[in-house]
Amino acid sequence: MIEVRNLVKSFDGKTVLHGVDATFYTGKTNLIIGQSGSGKTVLMKSLVGLLRPDQGEILFDGRDLLKMKRDEIASLRKEIGMLFQGSALFDSETVLGNVMFPLMMFTDMTRAEQRDRAMFCLERVNLQGAENKYPAEISGGMQKRVAIARAIALNPRYLFCDEPNSGLDPKTSILIDELLADITHEYGMTTVINTHDMNSVLGIGENIIFIKKGYREWVGDMSQIYNTTNDALNDFVFATRLFQEVREYVAEHGTIQQRKP
Amino acid sequence: MLLTNSLATFGRYCLFLKRVFALPDRWSVFGRRTVAEVSKLGIDSIPLVLIISVFIGAVIAIQMQLNIASPLIPAYSVGLATRDIVLLEFSNSILCLILAGKVGSNIASEIGTMRVTEQIDALEIMGVNSANYLVLPKIIALVCFMPVLVILCMGTSLVGGYGVAVFTDLITVSKYVYGLQAMFQEWYVWYALIKSLFFAFIIASTSSFYGYYVHGGALEVGKASTDSVVSSSVFILLFDVILTKLLLQ
Repeated sequence: MIEVRNLVKSFDGKTVLHGVDATFYTGKTNLIIGQSGSGKTVLMKSLVGLLRPDQGEILFDGRDLLKMKRDEIASLRKEIGMLFQGSALFDSETVLGNVMFPLMMFTDMTRAEQRDRAMFCLERVNLQGAENKYPAEISGGMQKRVAIARAIALNPRYLFCDEPNSGLDPKTSILIDELLADITHEYGMTTVINTHDMNSVLGIGENIIFIKKGYREWVGDMSQIYNTTNDALNDFVFATRLFQEVREYVAEHGTIQQRKP
Repeated sequence: MLLTNSLATFGRYCLFLKRVFALPDRWSVFGRRTVAEVSKLGIDSIPLVLIISVFIGAVIAIQMQLNIASPLIPAYSVGLATRDIVLLEFSNSILCLILAGKVGSNIASEIGTMRVTEQIDALEIMGVNSANYLVLPKIIALVCFMPVLVILCMGTSLVGGYGVAVFTDLITVSKYVYGLQAMFQEWYVWYALIKSLFFAFIIASTSSFYGYYVHGGALEVGKASTDSVVSSSVFILLFDVILTKLLLQ
């Protein structure tokens, strides 16, 4: 579990996060949602230690990131997997090389063991057969899956995903969402997903934190979001006619079954 | 303002070097990466070094002959002057200025692209010291291989001058070869090699620094690449003066 308490972050005198409190639960897909410029990326970068907040606490199962020494942070980072918006795969390495990279750097596995583990992770994301290709030779959706395989190679306790669906077609987006939800439940990870994809919000949002102008505006899950009275959240999630109709359908029938792609 | 900015940049450069010169996380990975960088930065530069050296060597020999043609100056002076120019300045300073363009821009654009595509962030999130992982192999590889390039440059330049003696009637081969051997000072070779070590460090570290701190996109990567070449060249020239004063006086 990751707990965020009273997180404040400013840039050049402009406050981007105003005392944000949030809890990200183990074994659940935790979503941070909000409009562009709301501060969700700053929150995500603060969580993984790429930005240092001005004030507050970030507790990884009770361990405060902001009070850790450099070697403690380095140790914590080995428990973290991250999926970047642009995948951030190493261009000079093959798909297999990318997934083997964390194993090569942080384990005492033999080359054969590293390869076996990497192949297992690639099979887990349905990418067997692509191991010898380079990132430039595969599609955006496949790159995302390679990045997921790399992120889970070390069995991380915490998985962070920054806009995992950006640039993907709807069908591939749903595949990625389901993959993230599945591995979260399977490995009991604390998964934090930064998104403004409404399909993700309504499909895998087990714990949703809505950020507006640097404040935590709303917390709930995907079932509660249909009945929310929060105007800002309503405007954000149900902005399109399609999602308004989805809400009306849910109000009428009680639930909605997402079709598997 | 300019002074403050320069000092701030220098301070950041020192902090960057502190991160670069940490112990590698994995020596085996460091070794493999260093060998790969020797190939990419050093061996891949050999054709350029050979082509430039042979032509510049020939040009120096021709110009020497044209400029010092006098009954009072012995004919072998052409070989002697060509050799000393090559050893003292061309094979190290000028060669490194050329390599600052080729190797420096390569390093800055590679690391800069890794920065803007979040590959460096990915390394940091994994707990890898990205500065050490990416930059130290480049510095070690270039510093170790630069003397090889300098020696190749020396030899090829003198061969270029030899070609002038063979294929033109400006100077005889025997006079040119005699000039190459006349009043030879071994220290000039050491002087060139010592300078090249400093210049190699300047090229690799400055270019890496500019690439590592890129913010933005393709435009900024291009600018960082240009800035790295300009800064490397200025520092090479500055250290050329300092080292010449220290080593030749």
